[in-house]
Amino acid sequence: MRIALAATCLGDAMFPQAPIAVVRLLERLGHTVVVPERQACCGQMHVNTGYQREAVPVVRNHVRTFGPVADGEWDAVVVPSGSCTGSIRHQQAMVLDRAGLAAEARTATAVAARTYELSELLVDVLGVTEVGAWFPHRVTYHPTCHSLRMLGVGDRPLRLLRAVEDIELADLPEAAGCCGFGGTFALKNSDTSAAMLADKVRHVTGTGAEFLTAGDYSCLMHLGGGLSRHARRGRSERPAAQEATGPARTTPAVRTVHLAEILASTREQPWSPGSADRTPMSESSGTMRSTPAGNAKGAAR
Amino acid sequence: MTTARDEILGRVRAALATGTAGPAAASSTGTPAGSTTTSTVPREYRESGEHGAGSAHVLDLLVDRLEDYKAQVHRVSAAEVSATLRRLAATLSDRDHVPERVESTGSGAVPRPDTAERASGAPGVVVVPAGLAAEWVTAMSDGGVDVVVDPPGAPLTPSDLDRAAGVVTAARVAVAETGTIVLDSGADQGRRAISLVPDVHICVVRADQVVQTVPEAVRRLAHHPDRPLTWISGPSATSDIELNRVEGVHGPRTLQVVLVG
Amino acid sequence: MTTGNNAGPPSNRTFLGMPQPADPLRWGPSFPDAARRELGNDQLRRNLGHATSTIRAKRAKVVGEVPDWEALRDAGSALKAQVMDRLPELLEELERNVTARGGVVHWARDAAEANRIVAGLVQEAGTDEVVKVKSMATQEIGLNEALEAEGIHATETDLAELIVQLADDMPSHILVPAIHRNRAEIREIFLDNMGDAPPDLTDVPRELAMAARAHLRRKFLSAKVAVSGANFAVAETGTLSVVESEGNGRMCLTLPETLITVMGIEKLIPRFTDLEVFLQLLPRSSTGERMNPYTSMWTGVTPGDGPSEFHLVLLDNGRTRVLADEVGRSALHCIRCSACLNVCPVYERVGGHAYGSVYPGPIGAILTPQLTGESSDLPYASTLCGACYEVCPVKIDIPSILVDLRAREVESGSAGRGWGAAMKTASTMMSDGGRFRRAARLGRAGRILGGRGGVISRLPGPGAAWTASRDLPLPPKRTFRDWWAAHEREKTGERAGDDRPRPGDGAEPR
Repeated sequence: MRIALAATCLGDAMFPQAPIAVVRLLERLGHTVVVPERQACCGQMHVNTGYQREAVPVVRNHVRTFGPVADGEWDAVVVPSGSCTGSIRHQQAMVLDRAGLAAEARTATAVAARTYELSELLVDVLGVTEVGAWFPHRVTYHPTCHSLRMLGVGDRPLRLLRAVEDIELADLPEAAGCCGFGGTFALKNSDTSAAMLADKVRHVTGTGAEFLTAGDYSCLMHLGGGLSRHARRGRSERPAAQEATGPARTTPAVRTVHLAEILASTREQPWSPGSADRTPMSESSGTMRSTPAGNAKGAAR
Repeated sequence: MTTARDEILGRVRAALATGTAGPAAASSTGTPAGSTTTSTVPREYRESGEHGAGSAHVLDLLVDRLEDYKAQVHRVSAAEVSATLRRLAATLSDRDHVPERVESTGSGAVPRPDTAERASGAPGVVVVPAGLAAEWVTAMSDGGVDVVVDPPGAPLTPSDLDRAAGVVTAARVAVAETGTIVLDSGADQGRRAISLVPDVHICVVRADQVVQTVPEAVRRLAHHPDRPLTWISGPSATSDIELNRVEGVHGPRTLQVVLVG
Repeated sequence: MTTGNNAGPPSNRTFLGMPQPADPLRWGPSFPDAARRELGNDQLRRNLGHATSTIRAKRAKVVGEVPDWEALRDAGSALKAQVMDRLPELLEELERNVTARGGVVHWARDAAEANRIVAGLVQEAGTDEVVKVKSMATQEIGLNEALEAEGIHATETDLAELIVQLADDMPSHILVPAIHRNRAEIREIFLDNMGDAPPDLTDVPRELAMAARAHLRRKFLSAKVAVSGANFAVAETGTLSVVESEGNGRMCLTLPETLITVMGIEKLIPRFTDLEVFLQLLPRSSTGERMNPYTSMWTGVTPGDGPSEFHLVLLDNGRTRVLADEVGRSALHCIRCSACLNVCPVYERVGGHAYGSVYPGPIGAILTPQLTGESSDLPYASTLCGACYEVCPVKIDIPSILVDLRAREVESGSAGRGWGAAMKTASTMMSDGGRFRRAARLGRAGRILGGRGGVISRLPGPGAAWTASRDLPLPPKRTFRDWWAAHEREKTGERAGDDRPRPGDGAEPR
């Protein structure tokens, strides 16, 4: 299959490890991935914040960029984000319609009909749950609100995860609850957002998982920020009394990984943090090895 | 001058006529919310249950649901109704068995002089509607129960009812799935107040009155929609304190259901 | 906001309530500030967390029992849409049928008019005391305070409303107005304010309920006038319905000589048999019961049974304004079950008072601004997580309406200039692949903010709201686009292993 990848603005600029993993995974499964260069953003942030007029050019750009899928140039568009897929499917046509762009709205509907969130693409379109992944870690899964309720992905991500070799899945208590991100909600209502985040962080750390995974890097950015802060507080702000009673707890932060990163990980090319090197400028730089497509294909055991 | 009526109806018509959509009707369902003219309503829901009225399954289900909401159920044959009512009512007439009367404030605790002599004002009486089956009333009276008929022309006062030990009525229809009994103020059920104020409600339900689902009950009631209707599902209850259910507040604190057949 | 940061828990008098506002639809500080105040109240959070998780579990269980739940939701949603479409004729039909059965129908354009009508009717009945059944419509118009000003005392008879009234508080939940109180606080409120509370009252819920029973019994038996709301009004028959639990509703609807029902014009349903849909949807959604203990239905006046006088007050008070909006209109479908409050992660944290309206939670966030027609920050009081839409028994798409109302705020210029400028800039940047690529690379300059561990822990300006509780990862050294370019070159065999950007694509040296 020829599959166009919408990397998402956040994935492109901040979390390249997610779209990179999608490319590796799909190429390993024998598919051809295309990354249309004009892509930028789906417009979700503008629409959800109320900036509908400002969303129009963003949405038009997305629809033009991925329009060829409606003409059969590609078989599908994949998006490694539940909320972006939700916006493409449920908001873009309306935005264009309201702006008086009826023809483009029709194109948007046609594009949306062939646009899939990653787990939907794998399970529904490609018909695979066993992708040949290997991830020997304890992992807990957060379903993310838009994947769960706007798209209704159900247990597709969990079915994919359960098929990963050597993974140890830990149930997340109150998993369906929102992490408190909500886009600009985290800024406009930061106290309430932080209260929701604190509860989620407590549930995540309580699972004893090394990794928290989800199908959306926007939620993972929020959760990762909370988990990282929680871990640093755990180290630096421990009361002296506690320090005295036992060895200081070194709390490594629960790492956040996108579902795609777990599915892309194999024995031959295991997951490593290097794919999104974030060491500060002053520190050493990591290297990232990309693999020739020919080698990656059919790497499943 | 425009009346409020005309103005409101005018506003409603204007609102529907303009129907100006908002600036950003981005619907997460992909359909414009509320913009459809809905002439037909999808009724894919169950309009009746898979089990017939009065069937064993439906009766068992009703009992289960009634008991789940703390009603007391007595399953009897038609021949046993009178004896059962006599036994239950006799328990009520014995004042010692009246459950937990709250007497800290109510005028109900102190009989008013003008009604104190009336039989209806005496504590321990059991109130019945005028149309309750005669043999049931006779059976209770013969059993020594102080039965008072709520007279259609000169109804008992709320205070009279407050002093009564209980009330016995029939019912119009019952819903098994929800454990609900509906009274429609028919002659064998009486006006609404008599099954409300006394602390114990004994309700006789016939098997053929028990349907499985809510729609079946509503359709039976639709024959007389103008009658005052009371849907009863267990004794009165509240969940207002920490959302914990407490049975027994202002309505009867005890509901006894005599299920016949 | 002056009331913001330092507003701690209300006081050491735990039952000190939220004072009565002048307008029940608009009070208190901004949502973020009020939320901050409520978040500081640990007791409140514990009460709410306990209560909402209890009710969520109960609802899930009884909804799970119903095999045709989704079909019932579809029918309920369509019926309500039909009511809105046919509202003028249905209102006239209702009026005709209520009148034919001996009732009197009044129309009230706004709160003041409704309050005047009710006060006049009570005075005509020759009394200065009324008993009340819990009703959102009368809360919305501030009826109790308006009656008090006319020398008429209204006694709330629903247990939770009584708790709120005795504490001189405001309700914080549509169904359980005292959800923010725990048993110990309720005991304290009763002992201090109920007058006839037994001195040895404990905080066992059953004892508290029995104290309320005793307190109200005398009032029920002697009341001349009762005031109620209505859950449903059947146009076809003129039948009104009140759904309740405690029997206080039955007492008010049955014993007094005069009954006055105040009802929003949207509460109609077309036909009597349509009750079969809503009587399944409402109890399971609201209290998590298969059926609530009591539902009363009455049609006008029935000689010899119940009140001899019945007045129905049909209330607009902003509803026609809501109706005029094709998107927001479906907020009027609400049957006040409060399921959306119970599942809302925001409501669960901050409680009802933060919303500054008698309609809190998700439904309040869309209903309140539409009823008042004024600028509001409530549409932003949501993460758009969709839990409300998922449980709504009449399928009100609350997230979509929230998004629409946000657009309204922006269009009216109420959303803040800083945001507008930022969004315009972002729009330009995000509507073109080339511009976005360059911006993303520029974003790497943010790496200078990095501390140890590859995270940013303190941002200046508006970003400080983020970093107050969360770290932010450093931007990566290489964007996806740059990786992809290298990856493509590898695939086409240009030069494997060199991941530097192609010359001429505007990339700055790293």
